[in-house]
Amino acid sequence: MIEFKNVGLVYPNGTEGLKNVNVTINDGEFVVIVGLSGAGKSTFIRSINRLVTPTSGSLEVDGENILDYKGKNLRKLRTKVGMIFQNYNLVKRSNVLKNVLAGRLGHSGTLRSVLGLFKDEDKALAYESLKRVNIEEKLYNRADELSGGQQQRVSIARVLTQQPKYILADEPVASLDPPTSHQVMSYLKKINKEDNITTIVNLHFIDMAMEYADRIIGMRAGEVVFDGPVSEVTEKTFEEIYGRSIREDDLRGGADSVEE
Amino acid sequence: MSKNKSDSLSMYPVKTKKQVTLIGLIVLGMYLFSMFWTQREMVGGFSGALSNMFQVLEKFFPPNLSVLSAIMGPLFQTIQMAIIATTIAAIITVPLALLSAQNVTTFKPLYVATRTLLNLLRTIPDLVLAVIFVGLFGIGIFPGILALIVFSLGILAKLISETIESVDMNPLEAMRASGANTLQMIYYGLIPQVLPQYTSLVLYVFEINVRASVVLGYVGAGGIGLLLNQQIGFYNYPNAMAIIVMIFVVVLVIEYISNKIREALI
Ligand SMILES: Nc1ncnc2c1ncn2[C@@H]1O[C@H](COP(=O)(O)OP(=O)(O)O)[C@@H](O)[C@H]1O
Ligand SMILES: [Mg+2]
Repeated sequence: MIEFKNVGLVYPNGTEGLKNVNVTINDGEFVVIVGLSGAGKSTFIRSINRLVTPTSGSLEVDGENILDYKGKNLRKLRTKVGMIFQNYNLVKRSNVLKNVLAGRLGHSGTLRSVLGLFKDEDKALAYESLKRVNIEEKLYNRADELSGGQQQRVSIARVLTQQPKYILADEPVASLDPPTSHQVMSYLKKINKEDNITTIVNLHFIDMAMEYADRIIGMRAGEVVFDGPVSEVTEKTFEEIYGRSIREDDLRGGADSVEE
Repeated sequence: MSKNKSDSLSMYPVKTKKQVTLIGLIVLGMYLFSMFWTQREMVGGFSGALSNMFQVLEKFFPPNLSVLSAIMGPLFQTIQMAIIATTIAAIITVPLALLSAQNVTTFKPLYVATRTLLNLLRTIPDLVLAVIFVGLFGIGIFPGILALIVFSLGILAKLISETIESVDMNPLEAMRASGANTLQMIYYGLIPQVLPQYTSLVLYVFEINVRASVVLGYVGAGGIGLLLNQQIGFYNYPNAMAIIVMIFVVVLVIEYISNKIREALI
């Protein structure tokens, strides 16, 4: 369980990234955060694994306030929270297997990993993870030989290999075309259901949020302005979150052309 | 600016053109001045210098190839100097390059201090280093190796830290976000991106070191340079020529091999 209690975050330059945020995310939920660019979605998500640190309030993960975590505690928190990025963040020169095994680093001793001595079960796990996103045949390809969609699947495999309890995805489909976007979102949803991994995804496409989310949190200017199940969300809700009427580019489209 | 339609449009403004022409004339003038000046200073001018050169050159031929076997020892000493110095410098460079890369060393005073140290190192010419170390440790290859290490560090650490600064930091962020520690991030995120460039630069510095170690021998830092200096000192020009030919061959071979490896890497 993740609990934001009166969380605020002021960046060093004075920008308020989060303003008095109160949100509780229960285990197994699939939550989509929506909001315009600059609304604070990334700040929200990156607070959970402490890539940024809120400056007020308390943020509890599994009942512990993580805001004063340092060193070992912080790394332990991060092994429990997987992350997926807009730009996949793979080592382009390294092969797929090595990239996926990097997901085990937090669980591995420094000496072992520096010598490249991953346990056999770690390698087996990496291969299993690649199979789950149907990209195991690219095992020894260099990451930069893959298409964007394939790279994002490798990054999902990396997160699976990490065996996290939570997955954070920051605009995971913003660099992909509509069919590939749906494919990636389908994998995330499937993993959420099969492994019961709590998943929080930032999106700014309304149609995709509606299609995949159990619950939608709307943000504007660092504040949570909507929080409720998808069933309560209408076009008007989005207009309120965005503070303007809905436009063509708020939609990803292409829902009919999902490929596996 | 007034401009006729029929005029072809110039690529540069008239003002720039005038400035460039002026600078060109000044540079040309400086060339002419220094040419006449050196002419006057040299005994007998250019023609005298040329005939003198041929007289000296003649004494170098034919090279005395019978001393080749005696040359081999000092020649290998020179190459060894370069190998040892390059290897040690390549190792010490790693922490220095990391400390002087802004994206890795976020603690600014440390970064600035390392940068400054490296900049200082680079201002000292290799010959001066050799003279200093020979003065400290006496004649031999040890001061030569020290001089080469310090000299290589200046170049290597700077170039490699620039390579490190140009890496894609995104994968490192992903590793940090999954609980990896700094050492793991460096091994899995940084090294794969830097290694090809690193190897290539080390080979390049090795090439420079082979040539530099010949010259360093001249000021007493051991190896073939020392021998060459002695032979010329004894006016034994055919022996000196044999040494020069061997140096030429060895440097060419080493550069050829190292170039091939570097091409394969990038
Ligand atoms: N490192 C930072 N320093 C200062 N301001 C930042 C930083 N990161 C984000 N911001 C600001 O905080 C606000 C929220 O940004 P962000 O969380 O990235 O929004 P979103 O992900 O919804 O686009 C924006 O105004 C942004 O400019
Ligand atoms: Mg963002």
